[in-house]
Amino acid sequence: MTDTSLPATRETIRRVREDPYRLGHRDHHAGEPVEGTGQGTTGPASKRIIVGYGFWIFLLSDIVMFACFFAAFAVQRNATAGGPGMRDLVEMPRVALETGALLLSSYTCGLSFAATNARNLFWTQTFLLITGLLGLAFVGMELQEFIELASHGMIPQRSGFLTSFYGLVGLHGLHVTIAGLWLLTMMAQVQVKGFRPEIVHRLICFNLFWHALDIVWIGIFTIVYLMGAVI
Amino acid sequence: MCPSPNLQARARLSRRLFLGAGLALATSACSGGILDPVGPVGADASKILIDATIIMLAIVIPTIVLAFWVAWRYRASNPKAEYLPYWSYSGRIEAVVWSIPILTIMFLGGVIWIGSYRLDPFRPLSTTVPPLEVQVVSLDWKWLFIYPQQGIATVNEFVVPAGVPVHFSITSASVFNVFFVPRLGSMIYAMPGMVSQLHLQADRPADLFGISAHFSGDGFSDMQFEVKSVPPAQFAAWLQGVRSAGPVLNLATYTQLAQQSENVRALTFRAVDPRLFDAISSQKIAPGPGPEPPTPEHAGREVSTGGRH
Amino acid sequence: MFGKLSWSAIPVHEPIALITSIVVILVMLGILALITVKGWWPYLWTEWITSVDHKRIGIMYCILGVVMLIRGFADAIMMRTQQAAAVGGAQGYLNPEHYNQIFSAHGTIMIFFGAMPLVIGFMNFLTPLQLGVRDVAFPTLNSVSFWLTASGALLVNVSLFIGEFARTGWLPYPPLSEATYSPGVGVDYYLWAVQIAGIGTLMTGINFVTTVLKMRCPGMSLLRMPMFCWTTLSSSLLIVAVFPILTATLAMLSLDRVFGWHYFTNDAGGNPMMFMNLIWAWGHPEVYILVLPAFGIFSEIFSTFSGKPLFGYRSMVAATLFICVVSMMVWLHHFFTMGAGPAVNTFFGIASSVIAVGTGVKIYNWIFTMYGGRVRFAVPMLWSMGFIFTFIMGGLTGVLLAVPPADFLVHNSMFLVAHFHNVIVGGVVFALFAGLDFWFPKAFGFRLHEGWGKAAFWFAFFGFWITFAPLYVLGLQGMTRRLQHVNIDEWKPMLDLSVVGIGVLILGVISQVVMLVVSIRDREKLRDVTGDPWDGRSLEWATPSPAPFFNFATMPNVEGEEAYWGIKVRAIESQRLGPEPRYEPIEMPLSSPVGFYTAVFASVTGFALIWHIWWLAGLGLLGAFIGFVVFAWRDVHEFHVPAEEVARVDRARRAARQALMERIADQGALA
Repeated sequence: MTDTSLPATRETIRRVREDPYRLGHRDHHAGEPVEGTGQGTTGPASKRIIVGYGFWIFLLSDIVMFACFFAAFAVQRNATAGGPGMRDLVEMPRVALETGALLLSSYTCGLSFAATNARNLFWTQTFLLITGLLGLAFVGMELQEFIELASHGMIPQRSGFLTSFYGLVGLHGLHVTIAGLWLLTMMAQVQVKGFRPEIVHRLICFNLFWHALDIVWIGIFTIVYLMGAVI
Repeated sequence: MCPSPNLQARARLSRRLFLGAGLALATSACSGGILDPVGPVGADASKILIDATIIMLAIVIPTIVLAFWVAWRYRASNPKAEYLPYWSYSGRIEAVVWSIPILTIMFLGGVIWIGSYRLDPFRPLSTTVPPLEVQVVSLDWKWLFIYPQQGIATVNEFVVPAGVPVHFSITSASVFNVFFVPRLGSMIYAMPGMVSQLHLQADRPADLFGISAHFSGDGFSDMQFEVKSVPPAQFAAWLQGVRSAGPVLNLATYTQLAQQSENVRALTFRAVDPRLFDAISSQKIAPGPGPEPPTPEHAGREVSTGGRH
Repeated sequence: MFGKLSWSAIPVHEPIALITSIVVILVMLGILALITVKGWWPYLWTEWITSVDHKRIGIMYCILGVVMLIRGFADAIMMRTQQAAAVGGAQGYLNPEHYNQIFSAHGTIMIFFGAMPLVIGFMNFLTPLQLGVRDVAFPTLNSVSFWLTASGALLVNVSLFIGEFARTGWLPYPPLSEATYSPGVGVDYYLWAVQIAGIGTLMTGINFVTTVLKMRCPGMSLLRMPMFCWTTLSSSLLIVAVFPILTATLAMLSLDRVFGWHYFTNDAGGNPMMFMNLIWAWGHPEVYILVLPAFGIFSEIFSTFSGKPLFGYRSMVAATLFICVVSMMVWLHHFFTMGAGPAVNTFFGIASSVIAVGTGVKIYNWIFTMYGGRVRFAVPMLWSMGFIFTFIMGGLTGVLLAVPPADFLVHNSMFLVAHFHNVIVGGVVFALFAGLDFWFPKAFGFRLHEGWGKAAFWFAFFGFWITFAPLYVLGLQGMTRRLQHVNIDEWKPMLDLSVVGIGVLILGVISQVVMLVVSIRDREKLRDVTGDPWDGRSLEWATPSPAPFFNFATMPNVEGEEAYWGIKVRAIESQRLGPEPRYEPIEMPLSSPVGFYTAVFASVTGFALIWHIWWLAGLGLLGAFIGFVVFAWRDVHEFHVPAEEVARVDRARRAARQALMERIADQGALA
């Protein structure tokens, strides 16, 4: 394994197979206890499983929080108090661009982890950097949207509808911003400390977080913007 | 550990005392409360309350007795009791144990279902007498009653003819409150921007009280109002009296009234703007103002202006 | 510069608040001075404040909970005496501004900072021990959780001295809690204190779901776990599912208050009903978050003190999970009287009473656990019997409140107040006191004094009923809750009787304190040398008392239900312990100050947000982020306990076990 080798190497495959939960290609029968998964007979799970599992649970709770803001949006969608409605807000080209940036960033994020699996520092950092830049572009466009709306008097203080709109979209934007800070921290850590197990565990979590934010955005894109432009 | 039989005996004695005390408490609760209704709604609802209690007591009492009997019978100091150190499963007992609560709740579920529909506050009472319309507005911190058919309004005093069903439309001009006349029956929320419906009836003349059941701020404790159920003739006389004197309730007097005030004495309005209630409930009239914002002399602390201007 | 804050925030005109805060500050300064003079800081810092040991964190949670319970109880005394003193025109000694803060603080403190820390403290202390592992899944996160909870508690108490607390009840219903109707900082104190503590709780939930599902000793399959672990799991699942709702709701209300947004406002399309739905979608499961671990504690106690396995274990697991799921479908019963309509009310009424099936099954299973047993009436068992009676009565009134037409008469009345104290005190608090007595030796190495423990129980039991039975009657008489004064003279006798009850409860609290003092004084006499003082059945009793920081020298290998009981019976039957294992070095997580550090910044940020001191809030957040990065930069996370040290501790344990076994054999206890 050299620094320039591409992400998909034999080493990658070997490491992926280290994951006791990987789909398919198990050496044993279904139902048989698997070492390291923490399922009863074999004792506590490995650190990697524990960290990933805990982070999944966190993501679920985070999605519940988003669900509340989605619910508020659904409830207050028509509470415009005589002010602008969703149709006055949507500017499709920008939203499409935002969505494109975020989806692409998810792809590059996935590539960075493929490189991590190959323990390839250069490609890991490169793809993380691209991910971060795309995330920055997304947040930048969102801010631009907010500023433009505000300049037309569409501020959250105007109506219940605008409150719930800014709340939901802003919460997602805040998440992406925090994830960006995390990403910078992770890049610094990877650079200084290399692929120590705990760093890799954190990269796993970061990947999960980034993809989850993408999924939430799909929801926002569909329910807030697409449906807003149509209905 | 020490078996302490004397403590057990004491516990039993105290339980007996409790049952006695409970009976005494229950009887004292019967006068003047929700178990002493003067109208059909209160009568039906309190009957459901009592019925549901009896249904549950039918299993609760045997269960409590069983619990204490088992604990006492199998006390460590009782050599006569059999010790079954590994007995921890019995399919039959499990079946019984699950089915007793399930059956009780199924039965009670029926009570809930029927009761919820029959005593739905929004449902008109089944009677041929045309109802008296009353519009109720909860304000900080008093109740405004508008009689749209009669064109009058009162504050903190509510007079109804006995034997006539009353249809309440209830809203709030500031925060949440609950309109509740314990001896007439069901309570319901007064909420800003919304109108709740309630149907009640007083069967006989009586002096009752109404109260808010939801905390609404500093003047909440005095959000009580007199409820007088009077014979129809007396009601007409009362109307006559109200119409002959007092101020008129229009936007200006209402705005004055909507200011926060505590412990407000009953007052009446001889006439009322008929559009007022709709304007309040649809918030065309802005909701009542809150307290004064904190002054530099009281950083961060609210100072209630209510009643102490 | 300092936002809304100025010297006038100190309530110099309210003697009760002022004197209390001065006394509290003096006591705190005294304690700090004592620690400094005695030179205890290094010990406290290394062994407690920075500790990531789940047992230490559990104990700190319990200490926080007990202190706040006493604080909340002081509020309760004032509420009961005020109402009794303010009948028929009298105003009592607390004006509405003050009284409204007291009942709001009472509820907030009792639920968020009394009951929750105690319940989570038990989860912390017990779960890894019962699962046969050495720590929770995320030990450092655990420490962060605790310190965030403590930080919230600190903010609530600061409100006594600087500014005011919320006057809107333990759940700040808008529009009353909006800036228009509550312009003071009280609601902000509530919001930020609960928000910070709530985030701590959420992380606890994540931690314990992962711990229970992924960290169990070999052989500990799910259906071999002690009942308490099942309830920990259910409670943690509920935390993960509903605490984000609390976070979101409080965030929305904060946005309304601080920036003038319109989530729940009266005007401009705000929707207060949304708050009711959101807050109760969290609020009702919250009750079960508290009570399920309490059920777990009782399950352990009934089984241990009956000398039998828990009856119908699988049934109990099913009932627990049933409650866990159904508890999320009942929230609307908190506002039947808002006019949702008969169909909706019917659904939620039936769903609410269906929960009683789960609890009913549990009650019967506990009764049959005692059946055929050798029931010992030690202090934990007394609490459990008191619980059975009290909780069944509370359940009865609870089902009454779940019947919508009946609820229309007693909703928000003193009947309701009596009901939820009936279940929360009778269910949760009794369990916590039972558990404190039961596991105290495991935590500190000596038992609690039995006589004072019994006194505490009897005072608490009778005090409870004398306090709350009159409230049921008052509810039936039509008295609603949260009245600062009452205008109806007929309510006076019952209010007075309730004051008598609270007097008895005070005796109970005093007994608890005396019990603690006497036990500490007589600790040598009460010492538990065996590690198994109650003839226990689950793995925590396999460790010495107090348990070493690594819990188990070698990880237990579980071969059936009731792991420790099996080991014990085998040892006694064969008259010898298992062969001495080969001791190996153990890896344990390093202590970390990051939890304490985060909490300091959380407190500063919270305080700054309450008073709108924006630069300070920014500084606090920046500080927290720097702390996070510095912590993440740490290279060494674990340290090794040498094999010799492990062997030394475990050989002492084995010697004590040998002695215990021989004593049991002499008594022929198992013959």
